[in-house]
Amino acid sequence: MFEPKIVCFVCKWCTSAGADLAGTSRLKYSPNGINLRFMCSSRVDPEHIMWAFRQGADGVLVGGCHPGDCHYQDGNYRTQTRMALLRRVLDQLGIESSRLRLEWISAAEGKKFAEVMDNFSEELRKKGPLSLASKEMTV
Amino acid sequence: MKRIGVFVCHCGINIANTVDVDRVVEELRKDPRITHAQSYIYMCSDPGQELVRDTIKNEKLDAVVVAACSPSLHELTFRQASAEAGLNPYQCEIANIREQCSWVHEDRERATAKAVKIIKSIVAKTYLNESLEPIRVPINRRAMVIGGGIAGIQASLDIANSGYEVVLVEREPSIGGHMAQLSETFPTLDCSQCILTPKMVEVGKHPRIKLMTYSEVEEVSGYVGNFTVKIRRKAPSVDWATCTGCGECMEKCPVKVPSEFNRGLDDRGAIYVPFPQAVPNKPVIDRDNCVYYRTGKCKLCESTCEVGSIRFDQEDEIVEEEVGAIVVATGYETLPLQRIAEYGGGEVPDVIDGLAFERLLSASGPTVGEVRRPSDGKVPKEVVFVQCAGSRDPERYQPYCSRICCMYTTKHAMLYKHRVHDGQPYIFYIDVRTGGKGYEEFYHRAEEEEGVVYLKGKVASIFRDGDQTVVWGTDSLAGRNVEIRADLVVLATAVVPGTGVQDLAKKLKIQTGENGFLNEAHPKLRPVESITAGFYLAGCGQSPRDIPDTVAQASGAASKVTALFSKDEMEQDPMIAAVDEDVCGGCRVCISVCPYDAREYDEEEEIAVVNEALCEGCGACVAACPCGATQQSNLTDRQILEMITASLGEE
Repeated sequence: MFEPKIVCFVCKWCTSAGADLAGTSRLKYSPNGINLRFMCSSRVDPEHIMWAFRQGADGVLVGGCHPGDCHYQDGNYRTQTRMALLRRVLDQLGIESSRLRLEWISAAEGKKFAEVMDNFSEELRKKGPLSLASKEMTV
Repeated sequence: MKRIGVFVCHCGINIANTVDVDRVVEELRKDPRITHAQSYIYMCSDPGQELVRDTIKNEKLDAVVVAACSPSLHELTFRQASAEAGLNPYQCEIANIREQCSWVHEDRERATAKAVKIIKSIVAKTYLNESLEPIRVPINRRAMVIGGGIAGIQASLDIANSGYEVVLVEREPSIGGHMAQLSETFPTLDCSQCILTPKMVEVGKHPRIKLMTYSEVEEVSGYVGNFTVKIRRKAPSVDWATCTGCGECMEKCPVKVPSEFNRGLDDRGAIYVPFPQAVPNKPVIDRDNCVYYRTGKCKLCESTCEVGSIRFDQEDEIVEEEVGAIVVATGYETLPLQRIAEYGGGEVPDVIDGLAFERLLSASGPTVGEVRRPSDGKVPKEVVFVQCAGSRDPERYQPYCSRICCMYTTKHAMLYKHRVHDGQPYIFYIDVRTGGKGYEEFYHRAEEEEGVVYLKGKVASIFRDGDQTVVWGTDSLAGRNVEIRADLVVLATAVVPGTGVQDLAKKLKIQTGENGFLNEAHPKLRPVESITAGFYLAGCGQSPRDIPDTVAQASGAASKVTALFSKDEMEQDPMIAAVDEDVCGGCRVCISVCPYDAREYDEEEEIAVVNEALCEGCGACVAACPCGATQQSNLTDRQILEMITASLGEE
């Protein structure tokens, strides 16, 4: 069966801590994603996401703190804006924008992290692998 | 070429059960970028750290990756170990293969493959890490304590008695918190006020404690060691500097509103002191209920005041305080009675909550310590206590155990018997939890010597019939339904976080859990610290707890603060933004996205620069920089791209 590859950009304060909580709670979820831990989701540059798709990711998850809870005051709002813009670009490039997910997962939401990973993995399994028209696409 | 060593931890069976550690090491050894790879059963143990140190020296390593638990646990441990072996600590990174791999997966094959990818992504980052020096910032050795209940009082006194200044901010007009409302305390039955009020007075008179009651935190900026806090000092409408606290104004006030302190069992005026032993013992005017503020006429208090302290035109004041550490001791509320409709909460007059019963028992309460029911003032002969009213009920109320109710209900029933010798107390319970010194003995005393009847079972419904309050419940041990026609019912309502804690937590940038209580940095090993540096937790704001635990935790938080203050300066992580002056075009996008005003424009050089003391290292400006001039130290775009590639593995 096709197993999608997912790159997860997670912020240290909320989503990575939530993923840690999923671990300490021994919740089980699908092992398709690798977490890359940043200080804030606002560190994620659209270029990183394009690179991930270019390098063979079938999906990208960006995880930050809930609106109003950003450790850096308003970083997650910037993330939200950037992702909204990037989605439009993705569609224009022929990459379904639903392969990019933005989720607010707090440090207390271990269960939500596990559910998001399972749900996103399943959605991508159904979609199948991402095929880029030309692997030579420059980013 | 950089020499990188990777150390893979088995964590006993925690990692090794799901991840084939030997295969991971084998895979890593194939990677040309990795000089050395090995595993060990407990990497964080002394021999494990010794192994890391020895290998750094013997293999002449330039950088280290430890694949183990979450970096929130042992990043510091291994950075210190690396530094001891002569490595720059920022050349040590942690790959989390436990919380985010072995503990959450079952398929050994896939978990092993994932662990390899996680480690390789961290290796890719580490490969490009630079040696950094921590940024040293001076510490402002002055603390703030938010909340003036027993937790805040204890923390303030401990810090102040260690020689540091403390600003104690309390929302209510007086410090004391809920402990001031209690009659006697379990399991020793010593009088709450007798042990609390001397501490309140000590706070009020302490030369190093600046007490700000009737005040709320508006805004916090800065970082550990250097916070600036804006505080709203609500206008008490009384000049406290000249007020003598004589109380004449309160006698004359024509308004009667239910007293919060006495849980609505009697009234207070619009100008009031919450209770006679208040610190400071100065009144405030409740403007919502004051006749003058509502109609423009009255001013009886003003004409009564001999020293002329009433100030109707007084306005709220915003003051700023600079502190280095903040203790958050925001305390608790109880679930409002009205929320529990099936128990007649708010409808049946003789259904009250535990805090109201405390006031009935208290010698300084509305009945001077005589147990009299609210509806008609009669002495109740049959009293039913209902535990877990709103606790341990995930479907409808709070899922957790409120922890203090088993013991205070036992105390209530016992004290009721001491006051009403021919009365009969009943306690409905799910379980009686007595985890504390002398608690089990106290419970046995109530059941065996004091004639308290314990009924194991939930109460289904409580309603009024004539002048009686009928309780329908079950006695699950006898296997029958029970109906008690009671004179008074006391609900042990759930302990919930204080009102406004969520808003405050947002202002402070500290985390709360799913039930709204403040989150500690680690549930076992860092129980009195918030994950955000510089914030410490004490009391029921974190989770329900009794007085001994609260006092112990408050002293713990205070000692963390004094430990922080024992140094002249503190080290901050240097993973902040940096600008390549040759590349920066001076577009100033970074300045517009920085939440900390850490980005400034250098008019002379026509570039944007970084104020290192203010930069918190979020990286928002790095992502915003259109030309790549801004990079984050040890998390550059190049590092991130390498991490992404490594995390996706080979095709």
